[in-house]
Amino acid sequence: MSGYLARRAGQAIVVVIGVMIVTFILIHLEPGSVARSILGIRATSDRIAIFNAAYGLNQPLYRQLISYVVQVAHGNLGTSYYLQQPVSGLFAQRLPRDLLLLGASTVLALLISLPMGIYQAVRRGGLTDNVLGAASFTLYCMPAFWIAVMLVALLAVQSHVFLPEAPAGASVGSMLAQPRALALPVLTLTLVQVSGFSRYMRSAAIDVLAQDFLRVVRAKGLPERLILSRHVLRNALLPVVTIVGLSLPGLVTGAIVVEEVFNYQGMGLLFFDAATHRDFPVLLGSTLIVGVATVVGSLLADIGYALLDPRIRYASR
Amino acid sequence: MPVADLDLAAEREPGRLMLAAFARSWQARIGVAAIIALALFCFAGPLLYRTNQVTVNLDLKDLAPGSSHPLGTDDTGYDVLGRLMLAGQSSLELGFTVAIATTVLGTVYGAVAGIAGGIIDAVMMRVIDTLLAIPWLVLLLIMVNIFPPSLWTIIALLTVLSWLGVARLVRGEVISLRAREFVLAARTMGATTSRILATHMIPNAIGVIIVSATFSVADSILALSTLSFLGLGLPPPHSDWGTMLTSGLDDLFNGYWWLVYPPAAILIVTIVAFSLAGDAVRDSLDARLRR
Repeated sequence: MSGYLARRAGQAIVVVIGVMIVTFILIHLEPGSVARSILGIRATSDRIAIFNAAYGLNQPLYRQLISYVVQVAHGNLGTSYYLQQPVSGLFAQRLPRDLLLLGASTVLALLISLPMGIYQAVRRGGLTDNVLGAASFTLYCMPAFWIAVMLVALLAVQSHVFLPEAPAGASVGSMLAQPRALALPVLTLTLVQVSGFSRYMRSAAIDVLAQDFLRVVRAKGLPERLILSRHVLRNALLPVVTIVGLSLPGLVTGAIVVEEVFNYQGMGLLFFDAATHRDFPVLLGSTLIVGVATVVGSLLADIGYALLDPRIRYASR
Repeated sequence: MPVADLDLAAEREPGRLMLAAFARSWQARIGVAAIIALALFCFAGPLLYRTNQVTVNLDLKDLAPGSSHPLGTDDTGYDVLGRLMLAGQSSLELGFTVAIATTVLGTVYGAVAGIAGGIIDAVMMRVIDTLLAIPWLVLLLIMVNIFPPSLWTIIALLTVLSWLGVARLVRGEVISLRAREFVLAARTMGATTSRILATHMIPNAIGVIIVSATFSVADSILALSTLSFLGLGLPPPHSDWGTMLTSGLDDLFNGYWWLVYPPAAILIVTIVAFSLAGDAVRDSLDARLRR
């Protein structure tokens, strides 16, 4: 196990460095000078030269890359060109909001889709199974922005249950104090995830239900409710752990859209603005964070898999 | 019967089995029927239902659905039904082109990695891991700012971002096939690597490839609609369902429902149709494997 982990961690580091290199090269491919897009089209050549020297943009590309990597290794993500603030400070402000948005919606999605998948598996082929299956399939085929807009139309415009815009507070605490504003962004991402999770949960539970040990458990006289919660749920959770661990990149894509719809001031919106303003340090920093989170997510999925299922042994080849 | 013919007949059998299972499933029937209907609507529709989609006519703007315009008109006077057909052409063309390009690129890359093995395979797979660790929308937002949006750059960008999954699948398939007896037998008989690839690996992996190609059409139409929503979709004069939907959304709460629900409905129906077809291909592939 430890040998396997060491190998996976090594791969993870390679991937994170790769993410930095890919993003670095990509954003420097953009035609035109950054200085002009930040300082304006009429900036004098003196000001441009000062800007370039201040941010090291007059150096050759490989030098810039090396100094960026060294800088990141020292825990410094640089200063935003556009907002003129340290990138780490911006992230410290935004990241907790995303942890709230993604965390709450993932927990809610699991709370809905686990029982739903098991119920569908137990009653498979029945009317409820078909209706729920069709509903989650249709949801799965909808663009995230459409789900968001429909929720706004139904729950904020027609019936004024929730507010159509995300809470404006600065801290997570003040956002939590406005549940009516927080509800729709969270609900949108929840629905996006339920459609994926419940399909996996259903098929995983069907596989478990077909296994021999369940006959023994039934013969033992265990009540059906306990069979489902103690045996079926536990065994069917395994593939779902993997899916949750691997779903992060897709979730980030969903979060960008949701933050755009609801004006939720998270990392997604920060990234979107940085992409349009060519704010390199913010772009690099956010892809780095997402890349690290993705790699850690899939690593955790593997470890969680081994912890939950003692039958799994990773070869330390 | 000569040996070669026997060989061919045996190879055709699983394909026929798969096709039969495909034709029996209701998902396949609904999916394929819907895809054909959509293609006819977008490509044959404009021949029967002629509308002016070129010049702006402000006299006709914002008309509610009625006898002369079954789905009303938009804010520049274009007939919405005719616009749906035209926009659908871009959406479908883009979906198919991306699916084909993705499949070819991913299959070649995956097959090369799987056959090569060792350090080449490891490096090629780390490249895929790296690109998969960056969410596609993040990459796309960076790239859309580099390359000015046009139909072809968007096709190229979506292709560059979506071949990764196919490549992984094909590589896995090639590696598992590499150890099978019939491949070993072919190798002992002196078959070259490219022959083994062409006559044994690709035909055996074709099911997996078709499944991912079908889903890829749905995925790229979905991705295009998200790009359009963020204002980074196809530039005019092109239009696609996502762009129509997005511009309609501005006025949804002012009562212009015909600018929103028709494009949304046809977009979702299209994605559902390709996903159903994809599910059906996968199920019929399982039917072949179960035998």
